[in-house]
Amino acid sequence: MAQDPRFTRPVTAHEADKGQALTFDTLPLDCGRALTPVTVAYITHGTLNADKSNAVLICHALTGDQFVASTNPVTGKPGWWISLIGPGKPIDTDRFFVICANVIGGCMGSTGPADLDPATGKPYGLTFPLITIRDMVRAQKLLVDALGIRKLFAVVGGSMGGMQVLQWAASYPESVRAAIPIACAARHSAQNIALHEVGRQAIMADPEWKNGDYANQGTFPSKGLAVARMAAHITYLSEAALQRKFGRNLQNRASLSFQFAPDFQIESYLHYQGASFVDRFDANSYLYITRAMDYFDLAEEHDGKLADVFRGSPTRFCIIAFSSDWLFPPAENKIVAHALNAVAGNVSFVEIKSDKGHDAFLLDEPEMFAAVDGFIDAAAREAGIP
Amino acid sequence: MSELRPELAAIAGMIRPGTRVLDVGCGDGALLDHLVHNKGVDGRGIEISQQNVNACVARGLSVVQGDADTDLGEYPAGVFDAVILSQTIQATEKPAKVLKDMLRIGNRVAVSLPNFGYWKVRASLLMHGRMPRTRTLDQTWYDTPNIHLCTLADFIGLTQEVGAMISEAHTLDDAGHTRRIRPGTVTGGFFGPNLMAPGAIFLIKQGSARPD
Repeated sequence: MAQDPRFTRPVTAHEADKGQALTFDTLPLDCGRALTPVTVAYITHGTLNADKSNAVLICHALTGDQFVASTNPVTGKPGWWISLIGPGKPIDTDRFFVICANVIGGCMGSTGPADLDPATGKPYGLTFPLITIRDMVRAQKLLVDALGIRKLFAVVGGSMGGMQVLQWAASYPESVRAAIPIACAARHSAQNIALHEVGRQAIMADPEWKNGDYANQGTFPSKGLAVARMAAHITYLSEAALQRKFGRNLQNRASLSFQFAPDFQIESYLHYQGASFVDRFDANSYLYITRAMDYFDLAEEHDGKLADVFRGSPTRFCIIAFSSDWLFPPAENKIVAHALNAVAGNVSFVEIKSDKGHDAFLLDEPEMFAAVDGFIDAAAREAGIP
Repeated sequence: MSELRPELAAIAGMIRPGTRVLDVGCGDGALLDHLVHNKGVDGRGIEISQQNVNACVARGLSVVQGDADTDLGEYPAGVFDAVILSQTIQATEKPAKVLKDMLRIGNRVAVSLPNFGYWKVRASLLMHGRMPRTRTLDQTWYDTPNIHLCTLADFIGLTQEVGAMISEAHTLDDAGHTRRIRPGTVTGGFFGPNLMAPGAIFLIKQGSARPD
C-alpha cells in the first residue's frame, strides 16, 4: 500500500532512506474544503512491538520534515533531531517505534501547494485550501490508524511541532499516553503573527512569485523566500547568542567596506541561511504553514478556556521551555501547565536555562535530554514497555 | 533507594496510600518519590529551582517549576487528599495566603517548619545580640531565603486565624528525630515544645472539629 514519496525539491543524497508515503481518499479540512486525495509522507525507525504500544510520533516544526533521525535525501544533511532520537538516545529507537510525517501543506512528499491538483492536472498554487494545525494532526491520525496503532506511547515536538502535540492531546486524548510539547504555546501571539506576516509579504513582493502560480510559469520567488527565512531565523536565536557568536565581527575583511555588500559576519550568516533554505523549501508551503500557525488557538473551541481543553485528559504531559526563547517564551509555555493544573492534569513543566533562544530545542541541551529521558522512562515503565 | 530523613518519614506517615498528593517545594523529589513508589500515591510537585525540577522529572515525577506564592492559585479546590509544605513556609512571601491556598486545594495539609522560639535560638539572640544561626537556620540574615520565620506558637496562631485546626503534631529534635505529641501540648507550659523543639510537623485541616 505504501508508495515512494515525491519530493518537490530535487534529491541530492540518492542513497538516503527516502521513507514512504500513504495516500488516503480524502481529508476534511477546518476551512470547509477537503483534500481529495491526500498523501502523507513519513519515515519510521525501530520496530513496532506486538501489541503496538511503543509508537512515538515526532511532530516537526515550520520548516522541518520527516527526516528526524536519518540523512535528509534533499539536503544530504543528518536528521534534524539526532541529538534526541536514535539508538541509545533519550527517545531510543531500539526501544520505541518512531514515526515522523511531513505535515500536509509541506513540500517533502505530503500533499501541499506544489502538488498537482487532480481536478486540473496543474500545481495547486494558491488554489490549495488553507490548512490548520488541527488539519495536520487529522492527517497524522489517518497515518497512525493505517499503521494499526490505537494509542501512541508518546507524541513529541518543538515549536510548531509542539502545537501539534497539544492538538493531538486535545483532539485524541485517548490516543496519547504521554505528550512532550517543547518551546511552544497554546496559541500564536500577536508578535508571532506579525513576524510571520513580514515573511509572507517578502515572498509575495517577489515578482517571481506570480501570485503563487510560479510553478506553472517556470519561475521561483527565491529572493522573497530567502528574506522571509532571514527574518525568521533571527527570531530563532537570542540577542545574547548573536552577540556571543558574531558580535560585530567582520566577514573576510579588515575594515568596513562603505558599501552594502555584507561587512559583518552576522550578515553573511543570514545570507547563507536564506540561500540554503530556498534550495530545500517551497515558497507557497511557507505561506500555508505559517498561516496554519497563526490560526492556532487551542482554547478557541472551548470559549477561550484552555483548562477545558484538558479536562479529564488521561495524558501525562512534560512541557519544556527555554529561558531565552522570545518566540515562545517560558511564560507562554507555562500557561499550558497552569491550564493542566487547573483540571488536576498530570503535568511537569521544566524551564531550561539557555542563551540559545528558540532554536535551543534542536541543539545540545543536556538538561532537556535528561528531562525527556526521565519522563519517557517513567511513562514507559507505567505502560509496561521494557 | 536512600532512606528518608526522619522528618520526611513522619510526613510520609500522614499520607494515606493511593491518594493524590501535592508536594509544594518538593526539592529533589525524595519524599514524592517515596510516596509514589512505596505508597502508590498519585503525586505532583511544585519546585522553584530548575535544577531540582529537572532532577524530579528525570526520576519520573510530575513536577512543575513554580513558586508557592504565585502558582497555588492555579489549582482547583479539593482535588488533593493532602498537600505537603516541608520546610518552606518560612521562605514564602505570603505565608497566610499560601496556607489558605493549600487548605483550599487539599483536604489535609502537612507543614513542617523550624521553630524560632527554640531555646537555643532565643539564647543565641540574647547572648550574642545577633541574628541566630543554628543547625536548622544556618545562613546569615542577609543571605537566608527564610524571610518569615516564626515560633511554633506563632504558627498555631496563624492556623487559627485562617480557620484551620491541627489534627496531628510531631516535634523535631536536634538530631532530626521526630516524636508525636498531642496537638494541644505544643504551646502548653513554659518548657513545652515552643521552647524545647527546634522544629515541628503539623497536619492541619479546615474547620475546628475534634482532632482525629
